[in-house]
Amino acid sequence: MSQEQDGAQASVDESALQQAGDADVALETGAQVPPEQQEPNRWNEALRQIMGGSVVISILAVVLALIVGAILIAVTDPGVQQAAGYFFSRPSDTFEAIWNVVSGAYTSLFQGSIYNFGRPTFASGIRPFMDTLTYATPLIVAGLGVGLGFRTGMFNIGGQGQMLIAAAFCGWVGWSFDLPPVIHLVVAVAAGVVGGALWAGIAGVLKARTGAHEVIVTIMLNWIAFYLISYLLRTPGALQAHGSNNPKSPAILPNAILPQILGPQYQLHFGFIIAIAATIFVWWLLERSSLGFKFRAVGENPHAARVAGISVNSAIIWSMVIGGGLVGLAGVDQVLGTTTGGFGSAIDAGIGFDAITVALLGRSRPLGTFIAGVLFGAFKAGGFLMQAANSIPIDIVLVVQSLIVLFIAAPPLVRAIFRLPKPGPRPPRKQKPATPAPVAEEVAAR
Amino acid sequence: MKLELRGITKRFGSLTANDHISLTVEPGEIHCILGENGAGKSTLMNVLYGLLEADEGEILLDDVEQRFDGPGDAMKAGIGMVHQHFMLIPVFTVAENVMLGHESTGFAGFLNQNQARARVRDISSRFGFDVDPDALIEDLPVGVQQRVEIIKALSRDAKVLVFDEPTAVLTPQETDELMSIMKQLRDAGTAIVFITHKLREVREVADRITVMRLGKVVGEASPSASNAELASLMVGRSVELTVQKQPAKPGEPALTVKGLTVVDPIGQLVVNNVDFEVHAGEVLAIAGVQGNGQTELTEAILGLQPRVKGSIALDGKELTGLNVRKVLDAGVGFIPEDRNEDGLVAEFSIAENLMLDRADGAPFAKGGSLQLRFRNTFATEKVREFDVRAQSIDTPVGTLSGGNQQKVVLARELSRELRLLVAAQPTRGLDVGSIEFVHKRVIEARDSGIPVVVVSTELDEVDALADRIAVMYRGGIVGIVPGGTDRETLGIMMAGEQPETPAPQGDPRGEAA
Repeated sequence: MSQEQDGAQASVDESALQQAGDADVALETGAQVPPEQQEPNRWNEALRQIMGGSVVISILAVVLALIVGAILIAVTDPGVQQAAGYFFSRPSDTFEAIWNVVSGAYTSLFQGSIYNFGRPTFASGIRPFMDTLTYATPLIVAGLGVGLGFRTGMFNIGGQGQMLIAAAFCGWVGWSFDLPPVIHLVVAVAAGVVGGALWAGIAGVLKARTGAHEVIVTIMLNWIAFYLISYLLRTPGALQAHGSNNPKSPAILPNAILPQILGPQYQLHFGFIIAIAATIFVWWLLERSSLGFKFRAVGENPHAARVAGISVNSAIIWSMVIGGGLVGLAGVDQVLGTTTGGFGSAIDAGIGFDAITVALLGRSRPLGTFIAGVLFGAFKAGGFLMQAANSIPIDIVLVVQSLIVLFIAAPPLVRAIFRLPKPGPRPPRKQKPATPAPVAEEVAAR
Repeated sequence: MKLELRGITKRFGSLTANDHISLTVEPGEIHCILGENGAGKSTLMNVLYGLLEADEGEILLDDVEQRFDGPGDAMKAGIGMVHQHFMLIPVFTVAENVMLGHESTGFAGFLNQNQARARVRDISSRFGFDVDPDALIEDLPVGVQQRVEIIKALSRDAKVLVFDEPTAVLTPQETDELMSIMKQLRDAGTAIVFITHKLREVREVADRITVMRLGKVVGEASPSASNAELASLMVGRSVELTVQKQPAKPGEPALTVKGLTVVDPIGQLVVNNVDFEVHAGEVLAIAGVQGNGQTELTEAILGLQPRVKGSIALDGKELTGLNVRKVLDAGVGFIPEDRNEDGLVAEFSIAENLMLDRADGAPFAKGGSLQLRFRNTFATEKVREFDVRAQSIDTPVGTLSGGNQQKVVLARELSRELRLLVAAQPTRGLDVGSIEFVHKRVIEARDSGIPVVVVSTELDEVDALADRIAVMYRGGIVGIVPGGTDRETLGIMMAGEQPETPAPQGDPRGEAA
């Protein structure tokens, strides 16, 4: 209240400020000057962007892809084209044709992958879903392997090669030795895992030691594996079946075959249980283990990881090795689970590449990858029925899968279509600094 | 040309970065915009330069309303900008950089280099710049590069020149030269907007001063205003920047660096035969303009530099050749210069960042498994101890303010058993409160007998913390002087010259006695 007090207050402030002023210091609050950043690795940046997308984006990407798929089905359908020819005289025909073909297609897709209502019993009705899970099994494990690489900042495009080598390893164990029941299977599976791990490990070591980019290296390793396995499959005494002229391997011995877990009426084999176990293992690895912590640190910010004493090189190598082992499991599923009668050089069935999509759709999270793997398994299982029942080319399914990748890789596009708000990984910095009310007001208030 | 801003308002979501800002800059006048970082200065300038669109308000040049859709429009209208971080292409010559963006071509589309050269010479001679148009940018010192930026703006006939924190990268001497250049330009009739938070510079060149705080213009001041008046407008409270500390009680030499030489990946000698000692319980500040080898020196200590010669010994134990893990295990705490890049994983939570360098074994991991319960207890405790303001320990560090981020780094590094603390630019970009906090902690570390190396380009920080000061220039140490050496001397040393009367080699023991 009193003038004196004001004066005293002011002079105290003055002296303190004088000091501050003399110091002529950079007085800064809140936001900081972004230091000129070195251009980060573009792939890493892209990866981070893709993985930064939310679950919602993933779901919407699938929805969008199905919508675009519907449009494609409608446009390419002869019935629709015919009806569209006289669109202006009877537009309802066109819409009816569109409805028929699209609903027919997606109904088949559902019946072929989840539950077939046309069957008399539940046991046979649910068979499509069991097929879905069978198809999903290798996709899940391979997706987990690729996703593990993603989390460490590595693009593992070499699923094909890793699967082929794994197939050769586990196949060879599977038909060459006659071991007791359980042991044979365990050894064969382990051999496959080792094969995949070795093949991916090459890329990891090259990346860590020489800086060779893993995308290039893994793609090249795909070709090397493909031609190597093709050659071995044509060479008697190597992988070729005895007394055969076809580039095909011998059949797997019964003891090394993954048992069917729900009886002979379903294809679903023990590989699915392994896939569930692998999902839990990867979750533990990434979220609860010391090694996974380092993987994630290297994946998110290799510079900070290095400064914190984490060996970036060994994280790269081990993540590739473990990831390759998981992808190898997909090869094992193919050889010991699905194609037990001997395999050719197309045994990977494109799973190595689909795994990339699965990992992206699952945002490299174990559970997400599992769900995405089941979805893609459903596409595979349902696609066949769609083709058979509605004569819609199975390529549409591939287009839908590709569109999913496209939409996931472009979250801004999805957000724009659905008018979603921009994600705020960095909400606006707290602008209000810890400064009390201005001096003048304070003084005035007295 | 007269520049007028009327009621400029710019919002980012719920945050109002500029709230009805109005100001006028007359030709032949240096108009300072003073404010802390985050006050909205840069936003305002980005609006002026066409990089951002204002939500409300208008920009007038000579009383004609303007509409800028991008920097190109702003340039055409006669506004030039000298950015804090130079927008130059290092491998191009001065002339090429100057003509970049409005190249004139001659016969068959060939670039008309001679015209650009002539233009550079013309402008240089007009203002006495002494810039060779054929020099490569990367070969030029920072101060000259800045002049190239100015030439670039002037070559586009800029009548309004905006300097955005131009002195951040300059030595005191270079700063003085810039000041005189600005005065020259003013006298030639250019309207100049000078953005800064350094009071001394403002008082030296400004004709008029506008102070911004929290997105608002909080007042105008004349250049005759005292520092106290300006600071009170700027911060809105009294600030104390000198840290309370007792004289150091240095003990035995703990860190001994001998003949340290670092060669960077492109083969340049970045640290050249450096010798120094740091005693237990003292702060050795390494001063110098940014980019004179300080960063590489600290990285060499930590084992981050691959090509290191010489010896770094901590308590008699040789650190050279060890990997980062072993250096950390030897008891070195490191606060990196760029906390976002090197100190923290933005996507990780506070708790995860607090254990970033200890993921290997006990107590944070047992048998390869993370001990989440221990981690959370630890994090909760550290967050309280270091006053990190966050919703929870699971908040991603990337969402914290700079000050809180630095507290996380500090908490992590200081919670280990340390035998040496290396802090590079520990308060860069922090608010006043956090600066006080960081300084206090550094001094506490010193007082507990830990040798401390602080690298800072801010003389005030050097002043506040140092018991001894080593000045680096072009990879070498120019000299080591006692704490409290005057700025003049330090400035001369930062430019690579020995001061007139060579300062005595600082002897911590002598000082303490």
